[in-house]
Amino acid sequence: MENGTVKIDALDNESGKPLRYWVLNDLIHKAADGGAKHIVVENVLGQRFIGACMEHKDLLLEIHGTPGNDLGVFMSGPRIEVFGNCEDQIGNTMDHGEIVVHGNAWDVTGLAARGGKIFVRGNGGYRIGIHMKAYREAKPVVVYGGGVKEFFGEYMAGGTLVALGMRIGNGSIKDLPPEEVVRGSIGCGMHGGAIYIRGEVSEHQLGVGASIRPFTEEDSRLLKPILEEFSKRFGVPMETIESRGFTKIMPASSRPFGAYYNPRSV
Amino acid sequence: MRFNGDRIVPDHDNCVACQRCAMKCPQGAITIKENEMAFPAHSAYTERIRRIGWEQASTGGVMLSSCGNDLPYRSIFDDLVLDAAQVTNPAIDPLREPIETRCFLGARPDRLDFTETEDEILLDTEMSPGVMLRTPIMIGQMSLGSISYNAQIALFRAAMETGTLVGTGEGGLHSDFYEYGSIINSEVASGRFGINPPYLKKVASLEIKIGQGAKPGHGGHLPGEKTTEMISQTRMIPKGTDALSPYPHHDIYSIEDLQQLIYALKESTRYRVPVGVKVAAVHNVAAIASGMVRAGADFITIDGFRGGTGAAPRIIRDHAGIPLELAIAAVDQRLREEGIRHRATLCAGGSIRYSADLVKALALGADVAMICTPVLIAMGCRVCQQCHRGLCSWGIATQNPTYTQRLDIDVAARRVSNLLYAWNEELREICGAMGIDSVESFVGNRDRLRYLGPNPRIAEILGVKHAGEAWG
Repeated sequence: MENGTVKIDALDNESGKPLRYWVLNDLIHKAADGGAKHIVVENVLGQRFIGACMEHKDLLLEIHGTPGNDLGVFMSGPRIEVFGNCEDQIGNTMDHGEIVVHGNAWDVTGLAARGGKIFVRGNGGYRIGIHMKAYREAKPVVVYGGGVKEFFGEYMAGGTLVALGMRIGNGSIKDLPPEEVVRGSIGCGMHGGAIYIRGEVSEHQLGVGASIRPFTEEDSRLLKPILEEFSKRFGVPMETIESRGFTKIMPASSRPFGAYYNPRSV
Repeated sequence: MRFNGDRIVPDHDNCVACQRCAMKCPQGAITIKENEMAFPAHSAYTERIRRIGWEQASTGGVMLSSCGNDLPYRSIFDDLVLDAAQVTNPAIDPLREPIETRCFLGARPDRLDFTETEDEILLDTEMSPGVMLRTPIMIGQMSLGSISYNAQIALFRAAMETGTLVGTGEGGLHSDFYEYGSIINSEVASGRFGINPPYLKKVASLEIKIGQGAKPGHGGHLPGEKTTEMISQTRMIPKGTDALSPYPHHDIYSIEDLQQLIYALKESTRYRVPVGVKVAAVHNVAAIASGMVRAGADFITIDGFRGGTGAAPRIIRDHAGIPLELAIAAVDQRLREEGIRHRATLCAGGSIRYSADLVKALALGADVAMICTPVLIAMGCRVCQQCHRGLCSWGIATQNPTYTQRLDIDVAARRVSNLLYAWNEELREICGAMGIDSVESFVGNRDRLRYLGPNPRIAEILGVKHAGEAWG
């Protein structure tokens, strides 16, 4: 351990195979419990549950390779930075902390997260931000630099979801064609929080209970620090991000299914 | 009731027969009678069916209901009779001899290995985490939200006293309740309300809720009327919104995905507590249960179609799922046939109304019973089936302070403890009468049951002989 940095190799040198996830996670937990503030994990290849339920407040977990599903599940505190792509459900039910991905992160990112921040440089898959919720100062934030698939923000009850629709990498930044930024059923069943899409969104892309609202000064104020953080993480100039306007999507009501049920007794 | 000047006037239309007024009348002057509106008689179009029709024609809404299925399906428990010891084996007197009711929640190992030295025998097998219960009766999953703060704390205190576990339901865990962690079985449902590290790390066991007997194929539902400031804080959702859990967990679309969440929870708790899975009793429940055990569940809960709820669409509450009795027998049989019955504790809930049902559920193959409605009845509930409206006059299924302050925590805790003690004693009575000195030996002992109902096919599925057939 030097300056509180611990290096862990996720590849078993003897067999040449990846360590089983419980072996790797045990090494990570022991290092963090032992006081390491910076843990570097190399050669990660699909190991799941990295960072599960960890509460180490000022820990930086640096991951090189491709972590498996449920990265940062139930996590409350640490920062995870991934140099590579992620699989499904990063930040699943995350309570607090941060996940930064220098690549893509696929389905169901930030499932039911209630706090913390997730910044993804690349693209995402389906049902991102599903059932995210917020309470007072705990407001989860998920930002994708690229495009996302259907059901973006499904069942959302709080927090902020952003898709910037840019291809960032190889020293260039380009806007994606509109059909690759976001698909259909956006915010289906949402009853809280806000979704911001850089560029235009058509009414037919909205899911049940979602509605397009005017993007106001207040939204701009709320979004600015989030975008500045994204810009800092991935070195994307703010003027590039702000070169296009945003579409804001909000729930049509806080009780979209309020009138759906009949509570009268028979 | 309402006031007209200084006169109290009964408001018959709003009476749900909760009996609060009659129970509290200092003069005993109130009688409650069915407010009979003479309907033209018709056996097919019953009064209820006609009223549902009119109600839906006026609103177009999905009918909500609460508590459990109230249709007059036959109770299979009531069609089963118990054996007793006569001549060939001695009965045991539970008042003078020990009859063990302790049981364990958690997986059992495939085998035990020992090392014998000159002066001691050491166990080499690494045991899975387990929780000891002093009685095979757990209190099921009722959330803070569906029930009041006072009701939930009364349940926790009763469980502390009787040595069993209580489910949190899916409403998170109020920080006042962390001290009860050793008797809490936290529920992890699709809405993930209030799940944070303390909720996972301070408790005795974790239970993934896939389904609920009252509403198979439906998620959790807390009507906005009950999402008060305290509830929004514990669940971490905005005040006044409907707390809806999605129908599926969106990280579980298969048995393999279920395994993933089970191990996410085991990883999160560093393998210190048993992790279980709860499903509603449905047609294919035995195969599903096998998958659950193979996915790593340390205990599985089967929830029958009479199970209660704080809010469910009536159409599902009354018509979906299968009787618990058949589900227990089918699951127990299937797990035995596959040689994996020891890998999980089998809990059964949702239909167990009183101790006779408990005894028969254990004999059919359940290790532990989970009960909800009976403990609510112990606290004062009259099963008026209005939980979803948040107007519970007994202060149980409501968040309205006018009503919740009526529930005395000490009295409620005492009454729930009494109920659990009484059931446990009646279970010991039955075991004694059969000549069995430990509940664990009684579990799955179907040969001590006989069927006395109208349909021999049911007995066949239960693996129970008809009354009059001998042993062997």
